[in-house]
Amino acid sequence: MRKRAIAVGAVALLLAGCGGGGPQGSSDSKLSGDRIVLGVLNDQSGVYLALSGTNSVKAVEMAIADFKAKHGGDAIAKDITVETADHQNKPDVANTKAAEMYDRLGVDAILDVPTSSAALKVADVAKEKKKLYFNISGATTDLTGKSCNRYTFHYAYDTYMLANGTGRTVTEQGAKNWYIVYPNYAFGQDMEKSFSTAVTGAGGTIVGKDATPFPNDNFSSFLLKAPTLNPKPDVLGTMQAGGDLVNLVKQYNEFKLREKGVGLSVGLMFLTDIHSLTPAALAGTTYTDAWYWNFDAENRAFADRFLKETGSRPTFAHAANYSAALQYLEAVQAAGTDDADAVVKQLEGKAVNDVFLRNGKIRAEDHRVIHDAYLAQVKPAAEVTEDWDYVKILKTIPAAEAFRTPSADCKL
Amino acid sequence: MSSFLQHTFDGLVSGAFLALLALGLSVIFGMLRVVNFAHGACYMLGAVGTYLLLTEFGIPFWWALLIVPLVLGAFGMAVERTLVHPLARLDPLYNFLLTFGLTLVLQDLVKLRYGTTSSPYATPAGLTGTVDFGLFDFPAYRVFVLAFAAVACAGVWWLLGHTRVGMVVRAATERPELTRALGIDVGRWVTPVFGFGIALAAVAGVLAAPMRAVNPLMGADLVIVVFAVVVIGGLGSIFGSVAAGFGIGLVQAWGESYLDQWPIVAQTSVFVIMAVVLLWRPAGLFGREEAPA
Repeated sequence: MRKRAIAVGAVALLLAGCGGGGPQGSSDSKLSGDRIVLGVLNDQSGVYLALSGTNSVKAVEMAIADFKAKHGGDAIAKDITVETADHQNKPDVANTKAAEMYDRLGVDAILDVPTSSAALKVADVAKEKKKLYFNISGATTDLTGKSCNRYTFHYAYDTYMLANGTGRTVTEQGAKNWYIVYPNYAFGQDMEKSFSTAVTGAGGTIVGKDATPFPNDNFSSFLLKAPTLNPKPDVLGTMQAGGDLVNLVKQYNEFKLREKGVGLSVGLMFLTDIHSLTPAALAGTTYTDAWYWNFDAENRAFADRFLKETGSRPTFAHAANYSAALQYLEAVQAAGTDDADAVVKQLEGKAVNDVFLRNGKIRAEDHRVIHDAYLAQVKPAAEVTEDWDYVKILKTIPAAEAFRTPSADCKL
Repeated sequence: MSSFLQHTFDGLVSGAFLALLALGLSVIFGMLRVVNFAHGACYMLGAVGTYLLLTEFGIPFWWALLIVPLVLGAFGMAVERTLVHPLARLDPLYNFLLTFGLTLVLQDLVKLRYGTTSSPYATPAGLTGTVDFGLFDFPAYRVFVLAFAAVACAGVWWLLGHTRVGMVVRAATERPELTRALGIDVGRWVTPVFGFGIALAAVAGVLAAPMRAVNPLMGADLVIVVFAVVVIGGLGSIFGSVAAGFGIGLVQAWGESYLDQWPIVAQTSVFVIMAVVLLWRPAGLFGREEAPA
């Protein structure tokens, strides 16, 4: 029985190999399999579901519809589909699913992939399979640093952008003393380093920093400690994300730290986090946003469509997934083929503007996609007049300042 | 000194949650010999239920503290009758798998309906301020949680020690066969005890709603620590679970405050203690070796 299964498997593998290596039938199309397949690989069941997840699949579908509408009969492919998979934020699952997408499902480009450790794994798979990969919701700068490769592009944000935007600006505005708490895993440690560098670089001091368990539902020890530090911190910088951030902010309010003179600054926050915490709990908190739905009329129009499709307003991750899908399809259209190397050539160095990318540029040196970022502040509850419209943009951080210069570690 | 007292107080508050959960787990294990893996999910349902009562029906916290445990207790009894009971005579592993599966189902049902985003729940009116203890002040709601949990644990202790039901439960926990042989219908009490254990988890869930993130996974991480607490206290030992619950709460709070140079040590202390206890006293600090069947 077992032997037969192995035999069948071997035959299937051989057949698949022939299909991939042999001539692509009689069609003269420049597209593998006569179609384009986009793969959305992200968290579809866990802590990062709300901020990207299944709604990012909807965003990618919107991009496909817009691409088809724009090019009509001239579109390079009639058949553009989306494959999705849940990587459960686990690197090993991400690894397997990515390989499966490229090899078996004929996916031409993988999108999204939150959780830094999983994001890095998929970059390795993309490099090995020589297929495109647009990371959107992973935060690690290693994607455009020591782990960069020819087929990987990093969209939306990274830890440098967050630290530089929030850490530097808040320090320059007068909050010199920082107490940083961070979840004890790759993302948190990376964020802590980036923030410490940004804060001290702007003339501030780190008066204390603590690693917290991940995940964690009780931050009271750290919150009790904050006002007793010497000198007393002006601001508590939290690098927690998702459910942990919700816990921390709830307890921050419970221990009345704002009243005790310790402000709150959040390393990474999504619109969906503010929605679940309510703006009242976060009023006055500053953070760096990669995109905001109610920034201008163009964003708002996109957000209205998105609301109709999904029932909620888009986070920056949703908008970035839309943008990455659209820019990929445009590059295929321009190249006239979905051959990965030809598409990379199209993308490298290209200046782009769309609903997500403002003053955007796809850097050829390290494949970092740079664009304007925003320093945002949560409105006081009294100023919130519309559901989901929770923040005001204090300042636009120009693309060239928002991201770090290409790293010497990156050799494409 | 004041900061030490504050951290101690804080440890007792988180210990209160562990104690309530461990107590329910212990009562259930004692009576049914079932390791209820779904305990964390019931805690989560307690918090989600509190949130739903407020948002769907406008029922405030204080009523939720009464209604949610009753409803979930009834739910627990139904689960015992329909699912746990038929597996009772088989290997204990079956019920472990059943409750584990039940956890996944309950979590996913909540996810399906409400997503994974954490829901907001305000601190109940009247408890939003802080209480001044002279040397330090502390959020009023947390003081309430600690007082409530202490009263609840003491209440259960009294119930077990001074009522006929309690006597049966204690007897059945220690020597189930012998209790049956004395003509006591142990089976009759199994369902209510299971429901009671679930209701205790629900109480912890209700208490958690105003101070912790309410989401489908909130119980999944906590239940692992609760299991460690129960093992340390001694499986089936009522006093052991409560003492270990508060004790571990203290160890965690002190660890996080004074071992901040070694976060890893503070975070794993519970499991290190568990390992040491298992080596030194395999039945737990307050547990007794099982009588040979």
